[in-house]
Amino acid sequence: MLHADAERMAIPIVITLNGRQERLNVAPWVTLLDLLRGPMELPGTKKGCDHGQCGACTVLIDGQRVNSCLKLAVTLDGAEITTIEGLGQPGNLHALQQAFVDHDAYQCGYCTPGQICSAAGLMNEGHAHSREEIRELMSGNLCRCGAYTNIADAIEQVMGQRSGKSYKEAAE
Amino acid sequence: MFNPSKIVGLPVSRIDGPLKVSGTAPYAAEHYEPGMLHGAIVLSAIATGKIRNIDTSKAEAVPGVVKIYTHENRPSAAWWDSKWQDSVAPPGSPFRPLEKPHIQFDGQPVTLVIAETYEAARDAASLVTVEYKAETPETNLHTVYPNAYEPKKKRSGIQPPPKPRGEPEEAFAGAAYRISAEYVMEGEHHNPMELFATTVLWESDQQLTVHDKTQGSQASRDYICNIFGLDPDDVVVKNAYVGGAFGQGLRPKHQLFLAVMASLDLKRSVKVEMSRQEMFALTWRPSSLQTVSLAADADGMLQSVMHHAVQATSRYEDYQEVVVNWSGLAYKCDNAKLTYELAQVDMSTPGDMRAPGAATGVLALESAMDELATEIGMDPLDLRVKNFIHFDQNGDKQLTSKALHACYREGAEAFGWSERSAAPRSMRDGHDLVGWGMATGFWEAGMAPAEAKVRYAIDGKVTVSAAATDIGTGTYTILAQLGAEAFDVPIEAVHVAIADSTLPTTGVEGGSWTAASTGSAVQIAAEAVKATLLDMAQDMENSPLGKAKPEEVVIRDGRLVLDVNSQVGIALSDILASKQLSSVEEPGKAGPDMLQMRKFVSYTHSAVFVEVKIDEQLGVIRVTRVVSAIGAGRILNPKTARSQILGGIVMGIGMALHEESMIDHRTGRIMNHNLAEYHVPAHADISDLEVIFVDEHDDKASPIGVKGLGEIGIVGVAAAVANAIYHATGTRFRHFPITIDKILESQLKHA
Repeated sequence: MLHADAERMAIPIVITLNGRQERLNVAPWVTLLDLLRGPMELPGTKKGCDHGQCGACTVLIDGQRVNSCLKLAVTLDGAEITTIEGLGQPGNLHALQQAFVDHDAYQCGYCTPGQICSAAGLMNEGHAHSREEIRELMSGNLCRCGAYTNIADAIEQVMGQRSGKSYKEAAE
Repeated sequence: MFNPSKIVGLPVSRIDGPLKVSGTAPYAAEHYEPGMLHGAIVLSAIATGKIRNIDTSKAEAVPGVVKIYTHENRPSAAWWDSKWQDSVAPPGSPFRPLEKPHIQFDGQPVTLVIAETYEAARDAASLVTVEYKAETPETNLHTVYPNAYEPKKKRSGIQPPPKPRGEPEEAFAGAAYRISAEYVMEGEHHNPMELFATTVLWESDQQLTVHDKTQGSQASRDYICNIFGLDPDDVVVKNAYVGGAFGQGLRPKHQLFLAVMASLDLKRSVKVEMSRQEMFALTWRPSSLQTVSLAADADGMLQSVMHHAVQATSRYEDYQEVVVNWSGLAYKCDNAKLTYELAQVDMSTPGDMRAPGAATGVLALESAMDELATEIGMDPLDLRVKNFIHFDQNGDKQLTSKALHACYREGAEAFGWSERSAAPRSMRDGHDLVGWGMATGFWEAGMAPAEAKVRYAIDGKVTVSAAATDIGTGTYTILAQLGAEAFDVPIEAVHVAIADSTLPTTGVEGGSWTAASTGSAVQIAAEAVKATLLDMAQDMENSPLGKAKPEEVVIRDGRLVLDVNSQVGIALSDILASKQLSSVEEPGKAGPDMLQMRKFVSYTHSAVFVEVKIDEQLGVIRVTRVVSAIGAGRILNPKTARSQILGGIVMGIGMALHEESMIDHRTGRIMNHNLAEYHVPAHADISDLEVIFVDEHDDKASPIGVKGLGEIGIVGVAAAVANAIYHATGTRFRHFPITIDKILESQLKHA
C-alpha cells in the first residue's frame, strides 16, 4: 500500500486497534485519521476538517477522546485505540449507539461516530453532571444537521442508565 | 389511499440508523480498491487575474506522484456551455475546472495532483508554485450595489417577482403608520460535515462506477456524460450516504469533474476529496441588501408592502432565488411592489442553501413586521393574525391549505407568549436582558416529476426503488414505511433501493420535494402492484375476488382481501404461484398536477417563537428557548420530521448570530475558511427546542398529502431571534449575523 519511499522512511509501531493487535509500518507524516480511513479501511472515523475543529474524527486512545486528525500515527506505539467500529456493530450496538438510534440523534450520520466516541470519552472523564455540562463538554463535536438536542437526550439517557439512577441525582 | 395509517405516521427509527452509528454506512470517499490513486487540488491564491506560470517540478519529484494536471495539459472536454449546465444551473457559463489560466474567484482549483497515496498527493500539492498576474477584485456587495440589474434570463423554476398591484407608493404616503428599513445579510457557506468527494472505480475507457457526494446521482451522471461524451448506460453514479449537503450538493462540484477526468486519462481508479478550505470556494448563500417598507392603517391593517432586494451573483452566472415574492403573499395587502436585482461580484456562483430565497426574504419581511408592530404599538403576533389571508394575492390563486392560525395558536401557547411584557428591556433574569420575539415562515410546497418501482416477492419481501437520495432527511425510512404499509408487512421486510443513477428517474433531492414526489410515486407503484395482483387473482378459477374493483381490495396479512370482509380473499403467494411467478413489479410516476396548479398553489407555514438572554455587560447572546409550530400537511414520520425542523432551527440560529463568510475586500479572499473561524452553532449554543406539527389535511399538495419539510424549519428563525434581541435590548439590529461586537456597541449607548 505504501509507496517505496514511504516504506523506506516507515517506522514500526504496535497498536491495539479495536481489541486486535496490529503491527504496522507507518510513514512519519501519516495521521491516525488517514491511517484508519486509508490503509486500515476503517472509514467509520470521519474527516470533516483535518484541523481538529469539528470533532468528526474523534476516537478513543487509551480511553480518552482524541481528534485523530491531530495525532501522528507513529506517536501511538503501544496505544490502545477504539474506533466507532470497535464500539459496537449492528446487532450488538453499544448503549450509546442504540440511544443515538432511539433518539434520532443524527440526520446525515457523518458527525455521528465522532459524537458517539466523544460521548464515550465524556462518560469516562466523569465531569458532566448536568445537561448544561454535557452540552458544554460536547461542544468540540459539530453537527451541521443540528441534532444537538437529540444528542444530548441520548447521552443523558445512557449516563442515567450507567449510574443506576439519574446522574443528576448522583451529582447531588 | 389504501390501508389507512398503520406504520406511516409513526415515529419509526431510521432504518439506516444502525449503519450510521456503527460507522459502516459508506460515504463517497469510503470506497476502496487496490491501487487506487488519490488526488489533491491546489487552490488559487488570488481572486481575479491570470496564471502566469505554474511550476510543478518540485511536486513531480515527490515519490509516488503520478501526474499533475493544470490548464496547460488538461485533457479536452465538452466545448459548449450547454454541455456543462447541470440540472439546476442558472443562466450563464458554468465554471470549467483547469480550462483557462484566468482566475474568476478565490480558491478556484488551478492544479490537480494525482499520486499513489493521499499523503504524496497532499504533500506534492503543497509544493506546486503558481505565479499570478493579479487584478483588483470587487467582492463588496455595497460597492457594486449601484450596478444592480434585473436578470435578463430567468432561472428555470424561479418565479420572478409579480407585477406591482394597487398603488403602493400612494398608500404608503397616506398611511397612519409607516416603517422603512434596510437589512443587510452577509454571505454564508453550507459547510456540511462531509467533505465533497468522488471515488471513481475505473472499469474500462467507457465504463465507470462513481461514488459521488451529490444530492442527485442522475444529475452527476448526466453532467459527466455530457462533458466527457460517455454513454449514460455505461456510467453508474451512486450516493448511498450523503454527509449533509443543504443545497451545496445540488450542482456537481469540481472534484467530480477532476476525478473522472484523471480516471479516464490514467485508466485507473481515482479518489479526490476536498479540504475544508476548498469547500469555501463553492456554492454559498449570497449576501444581500434589502429594503422593506410597510404601512398600516390605524387598526393595523396593512396598506402597503414594498420590498426590494439585491443579491450577489458571480460574473459568469446569474444565480437567482425567490426573495421578495414572499412579501406579496404573506399577509393581506392590496398595494404591493416587489423588485429583485442581482449585482456581480468576483466570487464563485452562489447557490441554493436551505430555503434559498425565503430564508433571506422572510428575514427582512418578518423583521420589518416586528418594526411595524412596534410603530403601531401592537403585539407582533396580533399584527400577523390581523393581516392573515387564505389566498395568494401574487398569483391570484387559492391555497391548498394553510393551518397557520393553528401554528400561531399552538406555538404561542406552548411558548407562553401571552406572558410577554410588551416594552423592550422590560424583562430580566439576573444580569441578563430577556427578549421574546416571533416570526412567521413560508416555503413553497412543490413536487418534481418522480418515478419509482415497487416489487412484491412471493416470500413477502417488498422492494422499493427510485434514484432518490437521503441526505439525512430520512428518505430511506419514509419510503420503507410507505412500502410496509402498502403491503401490510413489517418495515424489516422492505428493501429500499435508492441513491443509484440506474434506478427510476427522480429529480435532485432539494426544494423539500422528495417525500411528496418520490413518496407519491412509490404509493402509485404499490397501487399498481396491487391492481396487477387483483388481475391475476381474478384469472384464478373460482376466484373469490372475481368481481372486486381495485379500490375494494386491500392487502392484509399476506392476503389480497375485500376491504369490507377480510375473510374473502386469496393469499398473495397463491396468486403469484398461479402464474408461476416469484414476484411482481410495477412502475409508478408522480408529478405536479398542471391543471390544478392553474387554480391552486401550496405552501408550508410556520410560527417561530424565540427567547433570548443577553448578558448586559458582556453582550453574550443565548437563544434559550425556541418553539416552532409547523403546518406542513401529512407527517409521514414525526421522528425524522422533527429532526428536520430542529436542524432548520439550529441553522436559523446560526444565520441570526454566527454565520458569516468574511471576505477581505482588498484581496477578494475569504478569511475564515475553516470551522473554527466560520462559526456554525455548537452544542453549547443550542438549548431548548420544541417542535409542534399542527394538524393540516391537504388533498391537493401531493397525492399522499405531504408538503415537504426540508426548508420550512429555517424560515423565520433568524427574524424571530432578531426580534427577540430587539425586545431584550431596545436596539434594532438589521445587519446579520448579529454578533457580539454589534451588541456591545449598542449596549455602550445604553450605559
